[in-house]
Amino acid sequence: MTNVENHAEYDKLGFWERNKLSGGYLFKKVVGQRAVSIIRFILLFGMCFMIIQPILNKISVSFMTETDLYNPIVIAIPEHFTTANYRLSAELINYRESIFNSILISLTIGAIQIAMCTIVGYGFARFEFPFKKFWFACVILVILIPPQTIASSLHLHFRFFDVLGLFKLITGETLNLRGSKVPYYLMSMGCMGLKNGLYIYMIRQYFRNIPGDLEEAAYVDGCGTFKTFVRIMLPQAKPIITSCFLFAFVWQWTDGFYSRMFLGNTKLVSTGLSRIVDSLGAYIQRINGVKTTISVAYSNCILATGTLMIVAPLIILYLFAQRAFVESISSTGIKM
Amino acid sequence: MSKEKNKLAGLQKRKAISGYLFISPFIIGFLVFMVKPLFESCYMSFCEVNLAAGKVTKTITGLQNYKNAFRVDPEFNRLLWEEISRMMVYSLAIIVFSFFVALVLNQKFHGRALARAVFFLPVILSSGVIVGLESNNQLMANLAQTIEQTTQGISVTDALESVLRTAGVGVRAYEKVFEVINNIYDVALASGIQIIIFLSGLQTISSSMYEAADIEGCTKWESLWKITFPMISSLFLVNWIYTVVDFCMRTDNKVIEKIQKVMIDQQQYGNASAMSWIYFLLVVAFVGVTSYFISKRVYYYD
Repeated sequence: MTNVENHAEYDKLGFWERNKLSGGYLFKKVVGQRAVSIIRFILLFGMCFMIIQPILNKISVSFMTETDLYNPIVIAIPEHFTTANYRLSAELINYRESIFNSILISLTIGAIQIAMCTIVGYGFARFEFPFKKFWFACVILVILIPPQTIASSLHLHFRFFDVLGLFKLITGETLNLRGSKVPYYLMSMGCMGLKNGLYIYMIRQYFRNIPGDLEEAAYVDGCGTFKTFVRIMLPQAKPIITSCFLFAFVWQWTDGFYSRMFLGNTKLVSTGLSRIVDSLGAYIQRINGVKTTISVAYSNCILATGTLMIVAPLIILYLFAQRAFVESISSTGIKM
Repeated sequence: MSKEKNKLAGLQKRKAISGYLFISPFIIGFLVFMVKPLFESCYMSFCEVNLAAGKVTKTITGLQNYKNAFRVDPEFNRLLWEEISRMMVYSLAIIVFSFFVALVLNQKFHGRALARAVFFLPVILSSGVIVGLESNNQLMANLAQTIEQTTQGISVTDALESVLRTAGVGVRAYEKVFEVINNIYDVALASGIQIIIFLSGLQTISSSMYEAADIEGCTKWESLWKITFPMISSLFLVNWIYTVVDFCMRTDNKVIEKIQKVMIDQQQYGNASAMSWIYFLLVVAFVGVTSYFISKRVYYYD
């Protein structure tokens, strides 16, 4: 009533007078809002702490000496500050070599996978052709099939690799591609790498939401399909391609399954990390000359340090590209 | 007239051909690296596979491998049952948790960007080998044990659990719930992508709906169930499938570990294929049945 007629006068009133005018509604509303925001803060703080705590814990453990690990008084801040753990785990994982390898592999594999998935996703989004539904069901199937199901036969497939019996005809023997990088690159070119079905799905979803006017204009002006795709559609799909590439990079970086299966001979950070405890045992045995059991605490300390060293590049990447990770997934508007 | 029709058909044909050209990498990859190995591993699961002197010999043994997996192998049955029941409980928990977190993160408050960044951090941290290493972290387990011992088991969940137990209501169901609550860290780590998907859905709901409901005297609780829930119900299906699939491909999955062990360490390719087919078929059946029931409930706005 009053607040519409003379607004200026209403603004001058104190909180309690305004509350009285609204019949107690204002007070209730403010209290409710405060309570909600306090509860929300406690909840979020607790959950964020829960997610971050292991990282903080790893950071503090990684600077401790072995005696600190057993000292019940030392909890978060090490008494004897040391960086020896970092040096040791860098040596155990072959940090310099394997990080170089990992960057190289993740970049190239990620780039190939995303390039192929973009082409395929565009094909699914923009063209009508017979059996389209069937092929798309195959994409969904690729998402659903755990790679472990076909692992054993892929294993043999590449052990005795052959294209239509050509190699056997020429050299008399099948190719042994076990341990070489070639099979994995081939698989990436065929969109069968790590979680590639998911990328195809996301990219298709994004392309479907782009209006087709520009594309039709390009066709009318005599632009071919592939040229239209490269010149007109690709620039518009930059956000989704960036975020898919980031995912491909990160997932390839930490992947254990494909790395162990196809890239066993290449030193990678992920395989190095999964073996770090064993290599610690071998290392200590080499120094002492006798077989010694390493204490659980110490091996975990080295494991924590190794994990930190491997995750650190990813966290830095995430801090810079956080928007790209999150926003463009929301923009695909995933729906079934 | 007929000429025009011909031309149209030609354009459609051209389009179809370029469509096939675009998806040809997928088709080739699918046929070579998915269908062929899939059939081969299916065939191998009925065979005794011998790898000797650089040659593979396969002799058909019928259902022997499947019998081995179910009857002879001492742990496969147990692991399979454990993993599937764990998958049901955890997938449910992940869906509920991520829906709740997405609801909270969708509100406006100070520091929202920071909170979002923290909640999506698991997308990076809980991938690949890191999950498996995280789960057998002895140091943390020891710490938890010490805390439990020094506090004489006084924790909120324990207290609640004992109260409920003395009250005598469905004990087993509560045990599962408390197990999930005690492992909320695992749940939070596995729900990064799901939160993003729910958030994207929440942002597409137009605010005019909520305003209209508000004016009509709808409480927040009611509009949650009457507006929010139906509007993003299709995302529940997407998230459910993603969660289940993600869960059964994780590296710390006991069945997967078992299969890897049988295949790589013991070199029993036939047995390993049979086990992975059993697992795969069970998971597909589970996904199929559950998503059929969910999709019946899904509401499509447009």
